[in-house]
Amino acid sequence: MRRFDLAIAIGGAAGQGIATPGDILARIFVRRGLHLNAYNAYQSIIRGGHIFLTLRTSDQPVHSFGDKLDILIPLNQDTMNRHLRLMRAGSAVLYNSDKIKPGTAADGVQRCPFSVKELAPTLKGDLVQNTIALGAVLRLIGVEFKVLEEILTLQFKRKGEAVIAENVGVARAGFDYARDHFKPFPFVLPDTGKKLAFFEGNQALAMGGAAAGVRFYCAYPMSPSSGVLHWMARQARQLGIMVRQVEDELGVINMAIGAAHAGCRAMCATSGGGFALMSEALGSAAMMEIPVVCINVQRAGPATGVPTKTEQGDLWQVMGAGQGDYPRIIVAPTSILDCFKTVPQLFNLVDKFQCPGIVISDLLLSEGRSSVDPAELDFNVPIDRGAVIGLNGDSPPPNGDYKRYKITESGISPRALPGTPGYAHVVATDEHDEDGVLISDEFTNPNKRRAIHEKRMRKMEGILPLLEPPGIFGPADTEVTLVGWGSTAGVIREAMEKLAGEEGIVANHLQIKWLVPLHADAIASIVSNSKKTIIVENNYSGQFARYLRSETSIVADGHIRKYDGEPFMPHHIVDGVKAILAGATRNYVPVHEIMV
Amino acid sequence: MSIPMVETEAGTRGALQGRANRVKLTVKDFKGKVDPDWCPGCGDFGVLSALKQAIAELGLQPHEVVTISGIGCSSNLPGYINAYGMHTLHGRALAVATGVQLANHELKIIATGGDGDGYGIGGNHFLHCMRRNVDLTYIVMDNQIYGLTTGQVSPTSTKGMKTKSTPYGSVENPINPIPLAIAGGATYVARGYTGQVKHLVELIKGGIQHKGFALIDAFSPCVTYNHDNSYEFFKQRTRTLEDMGHDPTNFNAAMEKAYMWGGVIPIGLFWKRDDLPSLDQLEPVLAEGGPLARRPLGVSPEFAQSLIRELM
Repeated sequence: MRRFDLAIAIGGAAGQGIATPGDILARIFVRRGLHLNAYNAYQSIIRGGHIFLTLRTSDQPVHSFGDKLDILIPLNQDTMNRHLRLMRAGSAVLYNSDKIKPGTAADGVQRCPFSVKELAPTLKGDLVQNTIALGAVLRLIGVEFKVLEEILTLQFKRKGEAVIAENVGVARAGFDYARDHFKPFPFVLPDTGKKLAFFEGNQALAMGGAAAGVRFYCAYPMSPSSGVLHWMARQARQLGIMVRQVEDELGVINMAIGAAHAGCRAMCATSGGGFALMSEALGSAAMMEIPVVCINVQRAGPATGVPTKTEQGDLWQVMGAGQGDYPRIIVAPTSILDCFKTVPQLFNLVDKFQCPGIVISDLLLSEGRSSVDPAELDFNVPIDRGAVIGLNGDSPPPNGDYKRYKITESGISPRALPGTPGYAHVVATDEHDEDGVLISDEFTNPNKRRAIHEKRMRKMEGILPLLEPPGIFGPADTEVTLVGWGSTAGVIREAMEKLAGEEGIVANHLQIKWLVPLHADAIASIVSNSKKTIIVENNYSGQFARYLRSETSIVADGHIRKYDGEPFMPHHIVDGVKAILAGATRNYVPVHEIMV
Repeated sequence: MSIPMVETEAGTRGALQGRANRVKLTVKDFKGKVDPDWCPGCGDFGVLSALKQAIAELGLQPHEVVTISGIGCSSNLPGYINAYGMHTLHGRALAVATGVQLANHELKIIATGGDGDGYGIGGNHFLHCMRRNVDLTYIVMDNQIYGLTTGQVSPTSTKGMKTKSTPYGSVENPINPIPLAIAGGATYVARGYTGQVKHLVELIKGGIQHKGFALIDAFSPCVTYNHDNSYEFFKQRTRTLEDMGHDPTNFNAAMEKAYMWGGVIPIGLFWKRDDLPSLDQLEPVLAEGGPLARRPLGVSPEFAQSLIRELM
């Protein structure tokens, strides 16, 4: 049972300093061993607009940012106006009464005004209210002041004693004011004694790359994928990773392919628009049989779309990227921790099968934050480079008969790295024979074309048995099975708990991670036992539902789809399941109540 | 800042140096698996022969060289030479080549292609590869036409040129790659002519020995689709910069010669500077430990712990 479940939101304009108090709170939670899930709703603007950061914490795992807010910290009037109406009895709103008027709140919402002018009369600047609010919030949830003092001291260490003293003093004023004037929450934030860590999905993807032994990373900046580039660039020198910012995504993927061909594990990340530019080259990696990993962090599209909002709208793009048939692996990690674990798994597969691998993430996963047990962050992962000649500068005796694209049963032919004496060969994006000699130009040979094409495509058969088949979560025999893919695992899990706990509807859950190749038979056999199947996805057209139907002939009984740019909240799915089971609709589209 | 000087004598750096019993190879040893499928008389034959000769004369071995091309008639070149090769996508040779060079900076990278591939569809990579001074030699077989697509206007086609896509004559100004490269940051800028193979061999050798980005724009007449810029056209006009007494370290003189076009078209080395480090020399990750591609994978347990601590 959960002892407590607390969500705090901080909202304001870009530039009002929301990130710092958010980080401090997150750090306090995980250091007490509490679980965390955080989501930041923002816009493509550097100053102004509306940013709304939600941090949810509990003594039990939290898989989404939840359905309710317990504490609202509006840093401007706009935030107060947008969000006060959603606050319910038992919650609290902390605000600077010098500047912000509260408006009408529901019964039982505690208003906690404080005056910056009174509490910090000598200090100027917009950030003072954040520090006061931080002190006050911690008092309301029973955190002792010294915890905050330590963190502020660390935070401002580089800025000197005076700045530390000023910030600690202001926070203390907020803390004391709350003690004297506001009603605390009916619990004290516990400390489990087992510290957790927290990270965002992009960090997890980058760290997964480092663990996998990525030696070459390149990218063109594009929200919401740039976090991977930033992490890589910061750690590059210590880790011995070549990190390059390239002129465009055409250059990015081709440069990564070049580095991969030379023998590096090479990775790049982008979002849908950049991925579109990479399409042709992904096919070329498959054609030349070069292993490379590309991450597509989806944002709401098409075109420039909504750069700072989330969507699962690129599934068909990644499945269809590039002309012609070619082997590829597509994987959608199901949590932030899974981002870390998936990248090394994918590298072993692409190295073994010498083809491109695509990680499909989205803004929710990549920019969301989650607590993690540090013991789960194992960098000592198995590494399998597959059939390579000349690895680590080895010089095996030259084989006069070496054929780069030798036709084999598995479709895998040993690849010799450039620089290895005696194995010189040409890799080509034109169709070629076993020797690498083009068959596209002078004498196109249908038999050779067929043989080499089948050799490449045969690799797909070898990949599938190595992928973990999806499993059902929850009881076997239920009223309804909820099916999702990738980032929605957490929110569906919570919706399932809510359905059982609050609505008396018993559901189970099937989340698909490995998308191509697909465990179609395993999925079909699971779903055949379900009384009703509902597919949940963050897009308009049901891209996954249509894919599942094409691969398994499964026609779902209902769909819950969302494409407003914001992620699902658990109650959206609960409401959808109820509506579908009641026969009110087959396609439920929830309304996002929070105006962000 | 002191920049580590790297021995520029081809084939004598790093791990390659240690290989005993280097056999001096001849042009024949660099013959590819198949013969070129270019039209009889194509200028690209001259470039291929000059390249093989340059590599042989420099004492390089097939495994030390990677030829990397895009798409087009001239981009078929890697298939016709015994060395490691990559025949990549249209326009992408320099991007792929940069990746290979940074992953294994002991290899000699020769990028090849045509004017459409390099100055048209690959134009952006051309600009950025030059400003980065990536250590590779880029040979553009410039025939001022799209040949493989059967004769359309190219970025270097002369204004007024009639092609299948400009039947009334091109109204656009062509790119002049020489001043573009000099201004763009290339540190070795030359123009050759496939009708003068010996001269071209020297330019290519100079380019390969040069530490940094070397462009060799080689006039390579298309006998099938470009009847304006024929062997006869170039024979009457080309004059070597060496004969003209040009000093390739003089920027103003290089720019002046680069813009010469008409009765006299200069060929030879326009511009060279050796004082700028190449990208691999500037990259701290490559300062020690040899080529990236040969380094063991993985993160040390100590560093892994420090990465995890950052998250707590």
